[in-house]
Amino acid sequence: MTATSAETIVRPARARTAADSAGVRRGQGFQHGGWFVAPFLALFALFVIWPLLRGLYLSFTDANISGDSANFIGRDNYSEALKDPLMWDALGHSAYFTLLVVPCITVLALLLAMLAHHIERGKWLWRLCFFLPFLLPSTVAANLWQWLFNPGTGMVNHVFGLETPWLTDKSYAMLAVVITTLWWTVGFSFLLYLAALQGIPAHLYEAAKLDGANAWHRILHITLPMLRNITGLVIALQILASLQVFDQAVVMQDFGPGPEDSTRTFVQYTLEQGFTSYRVGYASAISIIFFVLIAAVALARMWLLRNREEGGR
Amino acid sequence: MTTAAPPVRTRPRRSWTPGQIVLTLLGTAVSAVFLAPLAWALFTSLKSETEAVEVPTHWLPDDWTGQAWKALFETGNITDWFVNSLVVSVCVTAIVLLVAALAGYGFARTEFRGKGVLMGVVMAGLMVSPAVLGVPLFTTVQQMGMVDTYWGMILPQCAPAAMVYILYKFFQGIPRELEEAAFIDGAGRWRVFFTIIVPLSRPSLAAVGIFTFISSWNNFLWPYMVTNNPDLMTMPNGIATVMNSYGIQWAQLMAGGLMAGLPLIVVFVFFQRQIVAGVAHTGLAGQ
Repeated sequence: MTATSAETIVRPARARTAADSAGVRRGQGFQHGGWFVAPFLALFALFVIWPLLRGLYLSFTDANISGDSANFIGRDNYSEALKDPLMWDALGHSAYFTLLVVPCITVLALLLAMLAHHIERGKWLWRLCFFLPFLLPSTVAANLWQWLFNPGTGMVNHVFGLETPWLTDKSYAMLAVVITTLWWTVGFSFLLYLAALQGIPAHLYEAAKLDGANAWHRILHITLPMLRNITGLVIALQILASLQVFDQAVVMQDFGPGPEDSTRTFVQYTLEQGFTSYRVGYASAISIIFFVLIAAVALARMWLLRNREEGGR
Repeated sequence: MTTAAPPVRTRPRRSWTPGQIVLTLLGTAVSAVFLAPLAWALFTSLKSETEAVEVPTHWLPDDWTGQAWKALFETGNITDWFVNSLVVSVCVTAIVLLVAALAGYGFARTEFRGKGVLMGVVMAGLMVSPAVLGVPLFTTVQQMGMVDTYWGMILPQCAPAAMVYILYKFFQGIPRELEEAAFIDGAGRWRVFFTIIVPLSRPSLAAVGIFTFISSWNNFLWPYMVTNNPDLMTMPNGIATVMNSYGIQWAQLMAGGLMAGLPLIVVFVFFQRQIVAGVAHTGLAGQ
């Protein structure tokens, strides 16, 4: 395999046949393929698979944070979780957040991308402006908006002439988190849309123009259909990320659960059970429930995609 | 580079048409809304602490002062946090690039027993994150004795199935002929990988690297779980937990926040063309 240059020169040129390259692929690949994936799989096994299995095991015990003296208690954690109103509340808050954020971000990102794509001058400047907030740590974005929303000294009420108690009233607290998140994360989806827009062949638009289609028709009949795949991806990524919201909600409420517990998210509740109440077994059980929910969402998406493809387009 | 269509130079620069003027004005207005919070943070950081909390509030400082910035460096552990963030993010990015590129290639282009099953398991891993399984992940890391260590912060961030998937999709798009010619000349898998595949994949690797760096630099949840030691905290954690716990000093907090964001902003300003190209190349956008 480590052919010296002399050997390479001396070796007669071989004709390439299908069997030849298949043999190359199978013979060498069989041994080496495993080594290529091994480093990743080792990390993956240690920090993804093992915690998952361990969580599953712990969820049937009454383990505390120190890890010793865990007793097997069967399904108790699960039956307790299903009757736990705080868990359902937390799940509701995460779902409410997701329902508000996902449609807003998708539409906003698309509009911003179309704007940035069609302005001919200073493209890099628009890109920078819309993407900039995403470059801040979530905690910084949250602190910044926590202060913008501050009723007395904050700029939001000042600019709009409001007296809204954004952070201390339960009907506004989650809304404040949603607005922060939109500002902070829309740049990522914006970038995906922008890249997709640049990938649409220009000749499609030129042909449509020749056929007399106006700008609105071109958007409706070329741009939007061509962006269908990327929209699916944006929505899927946003749903998975939004269900896991934690940072903004917790920082904006000074690490508390918000007014009348209204911004306590599912992740926050899990960590409270594990690290504040030291109930690792119970925390593991609700983590597993959460994992199953996330997996269900992801599988539903895969299933929908497959059906759409098989259903013929 | 050679795999995708050459970048389409959409239109030559045109003069100002009415449509362009309207769009540009609209873009300016939207950008102003996006930048206003940052501008406010900057102005606040240049106020004195008493002026920062004055009611009614105002945009520009009456007295411009660098006192919050000075205090940040004198009293805080901000330089420690900065170095910690740098160490963690650079290590995570280097490890992720290496293992994800190898794994992506292994899955895309080699055959081995159980590949299909392993690939399925990795894809299932897309759904597992520290947010979903934080507590069991913590007890695992605790068992390994890595709580409050650099490795404890770094390694659990180094198994992102998403990055493997992105590179896997990209490697699949590279024409097989390129490799096969090299095989026939006697090059082994590894040589082909490092001399042909890696140079070809530079835009994708750059995109994966930059996004890994951004998410690691900004990661709050995992370092928050795994360390309580202020000397080991990263920027987002130090700012959120330590600075907040003294009773909030807004001017200082804003200065710290801007400090935390600055490195990534600089990276983006210099690499934004590659980032957008990378997003397009990796097939993230095309799916």
